[in-house]
Amino acid sequence: MLVSEFLNDDRFELVTDTINDKLIKGAYCGDLLSWVMSHAKKGDLWCTVLTHANVVAIATLLEVSCVIICESAPIESETIKKANQEKVNLIKTKLNSVEVIKKLWVENG
Amino acid sequence: MDITYDFEVYANDYQNAGNASSEIKKYLMQIGFTTKFIRKIVICAYEAEMNIVIHSLGGKLTITIDNKKIILTSTDKGPGIKDLDLALSEGYSTATEAVREMGFGAGMGLPNMKKNCKFFEIDSSSKGTIVKLSWEIKDETFS
Ligand SMILES: Nc1ncnc2c1ncn2[C@@H]1O[C@H](COP(=O)(O)OP(=O)(O)OP(=O)(O)O)[C@@H](O)[C@H]1O
Ligand SMILES: [Mg+2]
Repeated sequence: MLVSEFLNDDRFELVTDTINDKLIKGAYCGDLLSWVMSHAKKGDLWCTVLTHANVVAIATLLEVSCVIICESAPIESETIKKANQEKVNLIKTKLNSVEVIKKLWVENG
Repeated sequence: MDITYDFEVYANDYQNAGNASSEIKKYLMQIGFTTKFIRKIVICAYEAEMNIVIHSLGGKLTITIDNKKIILTSTDKGPGIKDLDLALSEGYSTATEAVREMGFGAGMGLPNMKKNCKFFEIDSSSKGTIVKLSWEIKDETFS
C-alpha cells in the first residue's frame, strides 16, 4: 500500500505540507529510540507517541515510509518544520498503534 | 590512501542531533556501499552521536576510510564513564527523566554499537570517552 492510499481515511491526517509518496513495506511500533533505530526497516510505517524533532532524524536515517503519531500526541512545531525540510511523511491520528496496524492488516489483504 | 571527515557534535543540541550521522550516511551512499552495510554504520553513528549530545560535554564523530576498512571514532571532552562494564550492559542508563521523555535512555546504544560493528573499542576517563568502531571493506560491501 502507498502512503497516499493509506491516507484515504479521515481518521488520519497528514501534518506535513505534501505527500512524499512511498510504498509501505512493513510496520514497526516503538517509543524507545535505540530499539527503533536497530529494528525498524527502510519502508516501514512507524507508529509512535514521541513527537520531538529527533523522531524526524531517525525517520530520515532509516528511510521509513511514514511516521504515524498515535493517540493524538501533541506535535511540536519544530518537528513539523523539520519533517517538511526532510520530506518525511508525518501523519497524526487518534488511534493507538494496535488499531493502526489492524487497519494496515485488513486493507492490505 | 585514506580519507578522514570530522563532524562536530554539541552537548544538549537536540535540534541538530542526527545531522552528523546523516552526513556520514550520504557520504557512504556516494561511495556505493550496500544498503545493509551502510545501515550498520549509520546505527552506530547515530547512537554515538546521541551519546555525545546526551551524556557528554560535546565532542566529534570522525570517519576514516581506506581501501580495507572504515573506522568510526567518537571522541568527547568528558565527563567520562565511571563503570564501563555497567555502561555496556543492555538496559543500563543514567539518562534523566527529561531525556527519557524524548525516547532516549533504553540503555541500548552501546550494546547496539557493539552488535553492529566488526571491531569495538572503548576507553574512558574523566577527560573524555573514545569509542572506536570499525568494519572491513570487502567486495560484497559494494552494491
Ligand atoms: N559519551 C559518553 N559520555 C559519558 N557517559 C556515557 C557516554 N556514552 C554512554 N555513557 C553512559 O553509558 C550509559 C549507557 O549508554 P547507552 O548508549 O548504552 O544507553 P543510553 O544512552 O543511556 O540509552 P539509549 O542509547 O538506549 O538511548 C549512559 O546512560 C551513560 O551513563
Ligand atoms: Mg545512548
